[in-house]
Amino acid sequence: MIASMRAELIRLGRWPTTWVLCGTWLVLNLTFGYLFDYLSYRSDDGDGGFGPGSAGATKDALLAQLMPDSAPVTMVQGLPMFGGALVLILGALAVGSGYGWGTWKTVFTTGPRRFTALAGTLGTLGGILAGLIVVTLGLDLLASYAVATAESQPVSWPGLADTARGLGAALLISGMWLAAGVLLGTLTRGPALAVGLGLVWSLVVENLLRGVSGLLGPLEAVTDVLPGTSAGALAGALGALAQSDPGGTPGVTTVIGGTAAVLLLGAYTVAFLAVSLTLTSRRDIAS
Amino acid sequence: MGGMSERIVVTHGLTKRYGDRLAVDRVSLTVRRGEVYGFLGPNGAGKTTTLRMLLGLVRPTGGEATVLGHPPGSPAGLARVGALVEGPGFYPYLSGRDNLRVLARYARLDDVAVAAVLELVDLTARAGDRFRSYSLGMKQRLGVAAALLGEPDLLILDEPTNGLDPAGMADMRDLIRALADRGQTVLLSSHLLGEVEQLCDRVGVISAGRLLAESTVTELRGQAGLLVRADPLATATAVAERVLGADRVSTADGALRLSAGADRAAELTRALVLADVAVTEVRPQERTLEDAFFEMTADFATEKETTP
Repeated sequence: MIASMRAELIRLGRWPTTWVLCGTWLVLNLTFGYLFDYLSYRSDDGDGGFGPGSAGATKDALLAQLMPDSAPVTMVQGLPMFGGALVLILGALAVGSGYGWGTWKTVFTTGPRRFTALAGTLGTLGGILAGLIVVTLGLDLLASYAVATAESQPVSWPGLADTARGLGAALLISGMWLAAGVLLGTLTRGPALAVGLGLVWSLVVENLLRGVSGLLGPLEAVTDVLPGTSAGALAGALGALAQSDPGGTPGVTTVIGGTAAVLLLGAYTVAFLAVSLTLTSRRDIAS
Repeated sequence: MGGMSERIVVTHGLTKRYGDRLAVDRVSLTVRRGEVYGFLGPNGAGKTTTLRMLLGLVRPTGGEATVLGHPPGSPAGLARVGALVEGPGFYPYLSGRDNLRVLARYARLDDVAVAAVLELVDLTARAGDRFRSYSLGMKQRLGVAAALLGEPDLLILDEPTNGLDPAGMADMRDLIRALADRGQTVLLSSHLLGEVEQLCDRVGVISAGRLLAESTVTELRGQAGLLVRADPLATATAVAERVLGADRVSTADGALRLSAGADRAAELTRALVLADVAVTEVRPQERTLEDAFFEMTADFATEKETTP
């Protein structure tokens, strides 16, 4: 698997798509997590951002959210929906494109077991994701430090436990969406359909189902355990404001507790990866 | 290491069925070390599916195969096989060299191996360019370079000249010929008779999923014949049948086609002249692989029609 990861590091590391998606997430995170909220804070209406800068939040709450000790939560709150969608695209493209380009065929005839080859891809993607999460937190800490300094606020850094919880939650949420993208890329054997289906599911279908479940009681039992709900619930459990709250973040929810969310996210990630690895190992490679 | 008689690919009754369609039907073939084996058949005959089964990309529905003594697709076997199947599959945004470096990492090889195969296929000068900017011929050559990584014992090339212009085809054939001259065992599929005739020592002919024949090119061509143009044709036919036997005489395009060697030409001409037949042409007629191929596939088609 080390050999496979070394190979994948070349092809994923030199893939412009990897950096475009990672860069997009970093820009989105800073823009919606800090820039818009800070502009809202500086203006009088207090509106904007995917944090509590949206309508209804008090200026004090808004400023508190922009301080360094809130950085782990700010990092996590955008992941259930927006960040998740971006890493889902990364997973779907990284695996699905190989079928379109015929590169899986080339790799599988080079020698490694298919399981090992895909595990190398997953390991490398996981490494990139971990790096992205750490960089995100680093940028968020820098941005919040800049805001605190600009507003002459005392700088209080997040505690180690909060930081670890934030990093763990961010990894679990984004890891689950990455695995979902990998599964879709594997199932559809191509990038386009995988990305399309993934985005429709993560951005539209789950939201619609959650809306309908308010009208159809039994459906709630299902919507409460969907991947996006679990991701949103983990962010909610860390303290991010739920979508339903004034000034809440889209995708964040509190319909299930943090422990249940962690277990569900773990189960989804394992299931998505297991199906992808099994299918890749056993199927006929005809392209 | 064994000699030319060492069998490095052996299949018995290899079969692949997709639903109701039988893509490969009980194919049993043998490739020996050091030879260039041509897998000849029209498009859709089952060549690529057979090669995919030998590489473990596709699971057989029935039958068995060993490649270099290993089951198809096993890492131990694949480590000694290089393959280019149904066109080169590379990352378009990476350079040719980086594409090979990715594969070299998978195969636990270093960059020296990459440089060596780039040199071998004459791509060193363009190795830093992105794959997507390559011409079709360069892409195919990069595919062969990838297949050559790690100095494999067996090279499997599926239609390596497909889509190339005449100059590209000639380059690719020269490359394969050069590899063969170094003692490289090559299993080459093609629908081009001339290509197989030029490059291959032995040929397996496949049609509609069935292996119709497996032999050397010379044996498949069969015995050379004689072509005779004479007037009147009816008298000439009668004389030829008397001299050679009726089963060795046929007519086509207003000429006699005789299953006889050039050593019978003088005797036959004398008999025709004595029978007052005007002989305008007598010449040996080389039977091409194309003739043999079409006869075989026509016979097979007839056999299929008459067999319920």
